[in-house]
Amino acid sequence: MSEGIPLFPLSFEVNGRAVELEIEPQESLAEVLRNRLNLTGTKVSCEVQVCGACTVLVDGLPVSACTFLAYEARNKKVLTIEGLAAPDGTLHPLQQAFVDESAFQCGFCTPGMILAARALLEERPLPTEEEIRASMDGNICRCTGYLPIVHAIQKAAQALRSRS
Amino acid sequence: MSEKKREFYVVNHSVPRGDGVAKVTGQAKYASDVVLPGMAYAKLLRSPYAHARILSIKVGEAEAQPGVFAVLTGDRLEGLNPYYGHAVKDHPVLAMGKVRYVGEPVVAVVAVDERTAFQALDHITVQYEEMPAVLSVEQALAKGAPILHERTFAAGGFRGFEADVSAGRGTNICQEAHVTWGDADKAFAEAAAVVEGEYYYPMAYAYAMEPYVCVAEVNESGVTCYSSCQHPFIVRHDVAGVFNLPVSKVRLVVPFVGGGYGSKSYTKIEPLTAACAWKARRPVKLQLSVEEAVLTTRSDDALVRERTAVDAQGKLLARQATIYLNTGAYAENSPLVCEKAANRAAGPYRIPNARIDCYGVYTNTAPASSFRGFGSAQVTLAAESQIDEIAEKIGQDPLAFRLANVAERGEVFFPKSRPLDGDLKSDLKKVADLLGWDKPLPKGKGRAVGCTASDAGAYPVTSAAVRVHGDGSVSVLTGSTELGQGSHTIVAQIAAEEIGVPFEKVRVVGSDTAITPFDRSTGASRTTTLMGRAVLEACQDAVSQMRAMAADVLRCPVEEVTLMRGGVQRGADRLDWSQVLARYFGLPDGEVLGRAYLRKAGDLSQLPVFWELGCLGVQVSVDEETGRVHLEKLAVVGDVGLAINPALAEGQDLGAATMGMGIGLYEELIYDGEQLVNNSLLDYRVPRFSDLPEELHLALTENQDGVGPYGAKGGGEGSLNPISSALVNALYRATGVRLRRVPLLPERVWRALRDARHGRESCPAPTKQDAKSRREAG
Repeated sequence: MSEGIPLFPLSFEVNGRAVELEIEPQESLAEVLRNRLNLTGTKVSCEVQVCGACTVLVDGLPVSACTFLAYEARNKKVLTIEGLAAPDGTLHPLQQAFVDESAFQCGFCTPGMILAARALLEERPLPTEEEIRASMDGNICRCTGYLPIVHAIQKAAQALRSRS
Repeated sequence: MSEKKREFYVVNHSVPRGDGVAKVTGQAKYASDVVLPGMAYAKLLRSPYAHARILSIKVGEAEAQPGVFAVLTGDRLEGLNPYYGHAVKDHPVLAMGKVRYVGEPVVAVVAVDERTAFQALDHITVQYEEMPAVLSVEQALAKGAPILHERTFAAGGFRGFEADVSAGRGTNICQEAHVTWGDADKAFAEAAAVVEGEYYYPMAYAYAMEPYVCVAEVNESGVTCYSSCQHPFIVRHDVAGVFNLPVSKVRLVVPFVGGGYGSKSYTKIEPLTAACAWKARRPVKLQLSVEEAVLTTRSDDALVRERTAVDAQGKLLARQATIYLNTGAYAENSPLVCEKAANRAAGPYRIPNARIDCYGVYTNTAPASSFRGFGSAQVTLAAESQIDEIAEKIGQDPLAFRLANVAERGEVFFPKSRPLDGDLKSDLKKVADLLGWDKPLPKGKGRAVGCTASDAGAYPVTSAAVRVHGDGSVSVLTGSTELGQGSHTIVAQIAAEEIGVPFEKVRVVGSDTAITPFDRSTGASRTTTLMGRAVLEACQDAVSQMRAMAADVLRCPVEEVTLMRGGVQRGADRLDWSQVLARYFGLPDGEVLGRAYLRKAGDLSQLPVFWELGCLGVQVSVDEETGRVHLEKLAVVGDVGLAINPALAEGQDLGAATMGMGIGLYEELIYDGEQLVNNSLLDYRVPRFSDLPEELHLALTENQDGVGPYGAKGGGEGSLNPISSALVNALYRATGVRLRRVPLLPERVWRALRDARHGRESCPAPTKQDAKSRREAG
């Protein structure tokens, strides 16, 4: 890392585990997750908070990790795509529904897409199609044309409902 | 649909993607995730001028920065061949002597991390002497125009067509293509009706969400690149040329690719990254941003002057088009785009006379290259607009006119080419049914249909290897890259079908030029047809070998061994493949290697490999207050021969149509003078969830009429090609106002509607790209 820049400590929780790091003040959450913690499931694309590819959840709310300073995550709980499946590897209903519905092609937007959908379903467990379209508008997919993603989110909502 | 020729176990089923779990859990590795031990990072200093001589580059101060390992410039490439390009070798690894567009890489800094490399760029001084620039096709073709490329070029081995090279012959023409048959002039003179017009299709950005990235390592074994590229074997060829190495010493590894859409075809940043690694004597990663990716590759924008004639019976008589493609500063794949645009300009109709002249023209703008459907989308705006225009002129319904003129299945509608291997006529009827063509519409809404045929598949050279392991599991070695289109899923389905094992027992290995056999490219919708067929034939080769092994272990003539699914039978004896291999080799895990090579021979000798069809219908609503055009209904028919995986095939059709809709309605790269002004997702508007049409119909035509496995043909580009023209035609039917350029931006439409109310002709195609007026219009 660059010389001469003072490091400072960062404590936060990532995917249920306490993490203590020394970081540079300007590091984004995406940089810390990808470069320091090797959690490369978080993808970086537009770098201007438009595409949603880098979406992670901070205390349950979706943020664009590309423009979110890692420092702002201090003492908070961060969930990345690597932390979504059950500890035994069982896929989260959203992950399973994305597979079943072919709701991705290249997969580069998928981690951010799934986490944004998870935040939506936390707030609205059974969203209408219009609510899904409106809520997910900040996540771009260049491959699918979106329809399979809408179907996957609806399917996951049903699965989560019957589970609870 | 004709009856299927056999029952399928795995093929023709929508099995979940083989890469599904990796992609939903974040385990899928892309080139941007590759980290090598001791890896350094490169950043680029780019040209601020469109056309300028480089007088001097001072890098001493940058080199002295702590953490900087190397600084590379065009005159520090001694020992390398600094120019590459599969069509013509006009592209320097770094600018040599002069720059040809704003954003061209001039200096690369390699440092311990990205930030250090980036900061070191500030310590570089480049002195330029500005030269006059040409920023539009018109300027580039003007008499006495400054010339971008003075040297002459030989045709590259992977160029993909036969015509003479135009680049470097004293003009700015990079490539020209001419297609003629019949006597167009005579036909126009005798025509019952003629329509004529000028159309403009914009510059677009594919926005693969993973921008270009490469990690390169250079050592005694040669050059290794991990790259987000579509065509690793052609990149290998170019890198081998730059480094004077045999291809065996150049290794291209392609992990998952975060979107391609043609924009990752051919060589991009791999020679530069490898040169950085060579200079810095350590592995180097070069990760571009979106802003830099746009400056690396965009699509050719096109100005098309076209006319179309019919006879008194309403039959198409002739088409004539002159096409100018803005190719930008370097050829890249634009020579082939030019060739394809010419081939595709007349459309999939029975037309006795045609004359098409197409010019790809160098300008001092970012290089243009392949973009999904390349060439076709650019010329189809004009071609399919004029089908509606001429139908109206003779008082015919545009659907009925198409049905009366579209080429029949089996008809040779383009000279010296494969007869039409699809059923566009029935596809059009299907689309019209899905759309509800005859149902009345309220004011402010309109419907349109459109169709295209693209000479697809590129040059048919593809090989594959299939290993059947001792336990009956299978590895497929494929050079086709997994861009998201599902190539690795469909080859696994084919292997599972042919070897007779469950899909889950097949592992796909690819793409790695050191391991996987040669495949020309992953583009032109060729993978299902060609790689699918190579894998099928490699499986058949393995099965035939295993049958002989079974005869050996059963001590009988081969003829007495009958094939059954997953093994063999002789009388009451049944052996599955694992039993055959275990008994043949006498220990676990002995294996059989099946292989296949495809070349331009037999039923692949007639090009194109297949005609990729596009057929769709749209219904739009137009808000006359704001000019907003909204796609509310979309119907797409994919004529794919046989869908190896129907869900994936339909996914490709919807994805391509959505991408095309983006260009039809919002997407356009804009130059203000020398400067590209909207190369950021903040300013470049791609389709979002909220743009999804309210009503969507996706259907497949499966007549098993392709040369691919089980009669399959490629898809995935077709539905992009006709959508802009369909949107334009639907807008006309909704409002009576015809625009001859896209995107149909609200302001552009609003102005056209207002002008129509005042009786003014509005929004013609621009005869010159006046940036100021375009900015105002946009």
